[in-house]
Amino acid sequence: MRTRRWLPYALLAPGIIWLAIFFISPMFNLGATSLYDPNGSLDTGYQMTFHFANYSDALSQYYPQFLRSFAYAGVATISALAVAYPLAYAIAFKSGRWKNFLLVLVIAPFFTSFLVRTLAWTAILGDNSTFVQFLHTIHLLAPHGRILATPVAVITGLTYNFLPFMTLPLYASLEKIDPRLIEASSDLYASAFAGFRKVTVPLSMPGVVAGTLLTFIPASGDYINATLLGQGARTSMIGNIIDSAFLVRLAYPLAAALSFMLMATIVTLVVVYIRRAGTEELV
Amino acid sequence: MAHSESLGGDLQLVHLTKSFGTFTAVDDLNLVIPKGSFFALLGPSGCGKTTTLRMVAGLEEPTSGQILIGDKDISYERPYRRPVNTVFQSYALFPHLDIFENVAFGLRRRKIKDVKPAVDAILSLVELDGFARRLPGQLSGGQQQRVAVARALINKPEVLLLDEPLGALDLKLRRQMQIELKRIQVEVGITFVHVTHDQEEAMTMADTIAVMNGGKVEQMGSPTELYENPRTTFVANFLGQSNLIAGNVIDRGDDLGVDLYGNHIRVPRARTSTNSESLWVGVRPEKINITLADKPTLAANIIPGVVTDASYIGVSTQYLVKTAWGEELMVFEQNLANSGAKPGDKVNLSWDPAHTFALDANQDVDAGVEAPEADA
Repeated sequence: MRTRRWLPYALLAPGIIWLAIFFISPMFNLGATSLYDPNGSLDTGYQMTFHFANYSDALSQYYPQFLRSFAYAGVATISALAVAYPLAYAIAFKSGRWKNFLLVLVIAPFFTSFLVRTLAWTAILGDNSTFVQFLHTIHLLAPHGRILATPVAVITGLTYNFLPFMTLPLYASLEKIDPRLIEASSDLYASAFAGFRKVTVPLSMPGVVAGTLLTFIPASGDYINATLLGQGARTSMIGNIIDSAFLVRLAYPLAAALSFMLMATIVTLVVVYIRRAGTEELV
Repeated sequence: MAHSESLGGDLQLVHLTKSFGTFTAVDDLNLVIPKGSFFALLGPSGCGKTTTLRMVAGLEEPTSGQILIGDKDISYERPYRRPVNTVFQSYALFPHLDIFENVAFGLRRRKIKDVKPAVDAILSLVELDGFARRLPGQLSGGQQQRVAVARALINKPEVLLLDEPLGALDLKLRRQMQIELKRIQVEVGITFVHVTHDQEEAMTMADTIAVMNGGKVEQMGSPTELYENPRTTFVANFLGQSNLIAGNVIDRGDDLGVDLYGNHIRVPRARTSTNSESLWVGVRPEKINITLADKPTLAANIIPGVVTDASYIGVSTQYLVKTAWGEELMVFEQNLANSGAKPGDKVNLSWDPAHTFALDANQDVDAGVEAPEADA
């Protein structure tokens, strides 16, 4: 089969070319931009001065938004897991002939734009909405308290928007579990709860890891929810800063440095997380 | 805990019934399985044997009836509270736990502290010392099977249920495991209830076999009893092979005189399971002597015929002999004193009345002929 040696490369070529043009070269570009002289502008042009201080400046100025982003994304990921696990469990084990219908419902939000759906939440969480009125009535919210323009609104929006990304991998790993293993656990003196804890949960860990990553990563870079539901500097996330640095203030070196730091932090967190999950729970 | 030595007793199924919608999988089953016995539920797929087992395990709820161990009613007890453990058909080993933790699973759930001595002991009983830290996926089928047995046995249940435990193994390994399981059962003295469709497997291991068909027990007894004196056409055909010939009773003495298309043969009364006048007269192929027509016959019941096929298969020669009325009878002749019959030869088939059995003619003659998997 010597003659076909080139075949794997030929098959890889389209993907490699695509990645080279649309991923690797922009990354280099972004990396270079992050080291430009911050005093340049689009009009006067940028000088490459290897200005590493862009990074320390960005960090000292915007570390609160960094921390806030990861905190919001973290809370949203945990909330999404709490909502999605029972949902995926019910679809996988208890839904019978409704299974496909329920799965379509999980994906259904994708038929509408992300932006429109997030805007809809401004109505749900608005000051005069039924939901907020109800919270006033039962005194869960102070008389002039709001939901909109608070961290709760942003986290709620993030949780909602990334719920399908949590649900689907969880469903996929739960659905694969052989029900005979659950029977075997009950045969071996495990109550329903013990069987869930000792068999179902460990076997669904690949889904938990995939789902939390698919939620946490985009959520920590998101700025739509903070813009529409947070409505102010008190809730702005790092995505908002990068967005305005690029598009409003045209501070390209700063924006590039922030982007790189966000990326590096996420990669570090993910690697640590997978390492831990991988050695302890994953088979 | 659910399990204690003093509770011990026979496993009793009383009017046990399980319906799925309009389909009755287990139909008014009554069985007493003595403590310490190796009991087999044998039957084709869909006969209700697995459903019966699952009801005893607590994985299915009976529609009606009772399940008792000793005098304790466990019919509606939760599976994890029953003094019963199961070896599942596909083993159902926990893929995320190593062999040690799989085997220790039941002990840990019952909050038993020091599990290591018990796990080590049971692993050496099933000859898997040194495998404790492997994962199930790294073991061969036969080894996984033994882990499944160990994982159930370590809990010292009153009753161990085995659901087609050897079905996934190849023939040679299966034979080996049959002997192994029998050895373990004798060693631990726990009641084993073994579900299988493989008649040879049931006969090798079990003290008592209940042959099931259509949710009911067709016949129950020792392997010898079932084989030598079947009471239904289903049992006659499902356990080994039988020649069944239509006949009518012509006299009733100590033996029954029966007319088979003009041939007069005798059947002992004790081997007749009916008072009907019309019968299926049965004889196993290996009980029949075949002799050339001009030679003396060897036994009292005689039917003439013509050899249509002879195949030499080493341990025996198998003949098909066509009778005057067109039925083809099977004869297995040991290759000791070969009759030398060839296709086309006129022969006499003769057998001892003591090897004859008679069944009610009001039954399907082909019941149980088709074993579900022709693998034995």
